[in-house]
Amino acid sequence: MKAPHVEYRNVRKSYDGRTLVVEDLNLAVEKGEFLTLLGPSGSGKTTCLMMLAGFEQATSGAILVNGESVHDLPPDKRNIGVVFQNYALFPHMTVGGNLAFPLEVRRLRASERAERVARALRLVQLEGFEARRPGELSGGQQQRVAIARALVFEPELVLMDEPLGALDRRLREEMQFEIRRIHRELGVTIIYVTHDQQEAMVMSDRVAVFRNGRIEQIATPETLYEEPERAFVAQFIGENNLLGASVTATDGDICDVDTGSGVVRAFDVQGSAVGDDVILAIRPERIGVEPDSGQYANVLTATALDVVFIGDHLRVRLRVGDNEDFIAKIPNIVGHGTVLPGDNVRIGWATLDGRALPPDPSISQGDIEP
Amino acid sequence: MKVGLSPRLRAAGLTVPLIAFIAVTFIAPLGTLLTRSVYDAEVAEILPRTMAVLADWDTSGTPSEAAYATIAMELLRARDERTLGRAATRINRIESGLRSVVVKTPRRLGRDVGTEPPGAETWRDALVAIDEAWGENATWRAIREAGQPFTSRHFLNAVDLETRADGSIAAMPESRRIYVPLYLRTLWVSLGVTALCLVIGYPIAHAIAHAGSRWSTTLLVLVLVPFWTSLLVRTTAWIVLLQNQGVVNDILVALGIVADDGRLAMIYNMTGTFVAMTHVLLPFMVLPLYSVMRSIPTRHMDAAASLGATPMQAFRRVYWPQTLPGVGAGSLLVFILAIGYYITPALVGGQSGQLISNMIAYHMQTSLNWGLAAALAAILLLAVIGLYVLYDRVVGIDRMRLG
Ligand SMILES: Nc1ncnc2c1ncn2[C@@H]1O[C@H](COP(=O)(O)OP(=O)(O)O)[C@@H](O)[C@H]1O
Ligand SMILES: [Mg+2]
Repeated sequence: MKAPHVEYRNVRKSYDGRTLVVEDLNLAVEKGEFLTLLGPSGSGKTTCLMMLAGFEQATSGAILVNGESVHDLPPDKRNIGVVFQNYALFPHMTVGGNLAFPLEVRRLRASERAERVARALRLVQLEGFEARRPGELSGGQQQRVAIARALVFEPELVLMDEPLGALDRRLREEMQFEIRRIHRELGVTIIYVTHDQQEAMVMSDRVAVFRNGRIEQIATPETLYEEPERAFVAQFIGENNLLGASVTATDGDICDVDTGSGVVRAFDVQGSAVGDDVILAIRPERIGVEPDSGQYANVLTATALDVVFIGDHLRVRLRVGDNEDFIAKIPNIVGHGTVLPGDNVRIGWATLDGRALPPDPSISQGDIEP
Repeated sequence: MKVGLSPRLRAAGLTVPLIAFIAVTFIAPLGTLLTRSVYDAEVAEILPRTMAVLADWDTSGTPSEAAYATIAMELLRARDERTLGRAATRINRIESGLRSVVVKTPRRLGRDVGTEPPGAETWRDALVAIDEAWGENATWRAIREAGQPFTSRHFLNAVDLETRADGSIAAMPESRRIYVPLYLRTLWVSLGVTALCLVIGYPIAHAIAHAGSRWSTTLLVLVLVPFWTSLLVRTTAWIVLLQNQGVVNDILVALGIVADDGRLAMIYNMTGTFVAMTHVLLPFMVLPLYSVMRSIPTRHMDAAASLGATPMQAFRRVYWPQTLPGVGAGSLLVFILAIGYYITPALVGGQSGQLISNMIAYHMQTSLNWGLAAALAAILLLAVIGLYVLYDRVVGIDRMRLG
């Protein structure tokens, strides 16, 4: 079997010798893949990239590139393109100088250098910017230069650490598209770090969700959204309603859970036993509110607290049991129901749209925006 | 409402104390200094009529009897007014040996002298009888020269030149050329101290700027403590360390590296000047460097490495160029301070470790030749300004970062 392009094997990292910033990481990245490390700030994403780039040493475990350990390779021999969080462009060099730098240290001929610099600038649509200094460019342009510089020496592996973090939203969306395009055009392997779940969803082939130095789940964006396996993922990716519940019966993949305001059926993610505590997760757009609720297998009563007209949908905040932040989205289609604050309503959903997830002491029920 | 001063005028008014301060503390002393170096009317005021008579003299041989009579009268009056000494000193600087001639002449003439020369036919005979120097051309030239209020003498003297009898300007005899070699020595010492400060200060500043915060604070304090200590204390400490029976020599002897009768002379010579000045001026190099280095993200070195640069290449191409404003500022600062340094060489320099400033101090305090001191200082000032302009041309002063 062919070795993965990049592999982390039981990698642990501690800066102070006591707390683990990365706990027993196992991860394989295929050649040409766009993998995103997604997680809140401080979850160890940058540390993972820096260990791969060679700026930090793993406390234990091994990092392999093309099947070989890079432990003894200094960073300048690893041939990995890195786009840093704040670009790290060299302010005393022109754009052309920045791009030519990796080619000069590789002793390429001047004509070859000029050609590659021009090609890289064309790739990021910055033709004619050679003579400018980084300080004279806008944030978005600096970002493009940083990407071009990480690509100009044609590495097979490129690491990007929150490259769009400093840009405003419009520019960010544009650059997301650009980076996708460059990835497709060059076929390089990209390991991308972000704390923005939407960015991760838009760009990645696969997403690894990080939390406290551990991967909670690694999957395609669609799978992460549709089939989260942990409450943290369910809550971090998109919007979700979480309810504390306990299992009252099991039947293969399906279980009955008692939410405290009624018993419903749900998909059992972990193979629970009767009496186990679980967290029940239901996406807001999968919930029907009266009169639609009649068509669903699982129905609970709830009180509408707040109704907001968004345009394409009505956003209804409900109280279900003691969860006061239960959200339902009613699509704006002909004949949709109307709810007023204070109404007692019935809400329903399909059995497979409710997922019974393992309990998590640090996650309370309710829809918390990450 | 009354129409007051325009706001702009009032705002400008706020700068008046500042301008006054600069005028009093900077421009006035500097102006006086520069004036002193070319203007000295002391002799012209003490012997005004002699100067008037000598103005018609053709500078060959000796002047007329009138000149002898006039100077005798004026020397007698100068004695009574107690200004004789000052005139004698100034004349002596031009032709050494004339001090005693000038001072003893009125004494020998005695008191209560009338308009007739005492005990001689002419005033000329009377004066020559007192001292033969009065019969020599050089004496009268010196007196005439001393009476010129405006003079380039001090500046010529400061660069080891003199005016010959025929009015041409030429180098002084080898044995009396002291200032140009001293300027050159000062230049070399300053360059050497600057280079030494850079070599020592660069790694220190780097460590302070990029070490962990606990270490960097400790190091910064270590660099700053000397700043808060009296210069005298620090210099004395070097004497304790470096003197013949000092700590360093004791250790070297104890280790058997040098013999007891071969103790190294590390102080009261150029070595002492070098060591102590480098130590004293080091903070002026470290602080500008530190301030520039702190603003360079450590990620730049990582970025360079990720692009394939070895640590050496990364330093040379990425780090060093970004520290140049600090290198320039620190070097300029240290060099300018070194070139005018006075206390440290005076204390630990011995004979061979004296610099031009010590000579300026000598002429200010001991020989009281303020004109020469002013000329020496003016040349030093000119050198510093020249350096500043050169730096501005080459590097650009606005690229300099002091902190
Ligand atoms: N150089 C370092 N020295 C000590 N601790 C560090 C260092 N870099 C990161 N950390 C710590 O490691 C944890 C993870 O950091 P990081 O990998 O930067 O997370 P992320 O990129 O996901 O925000 C944080 O708690 C951070 O404080
Ligand atoms: Mg980070």
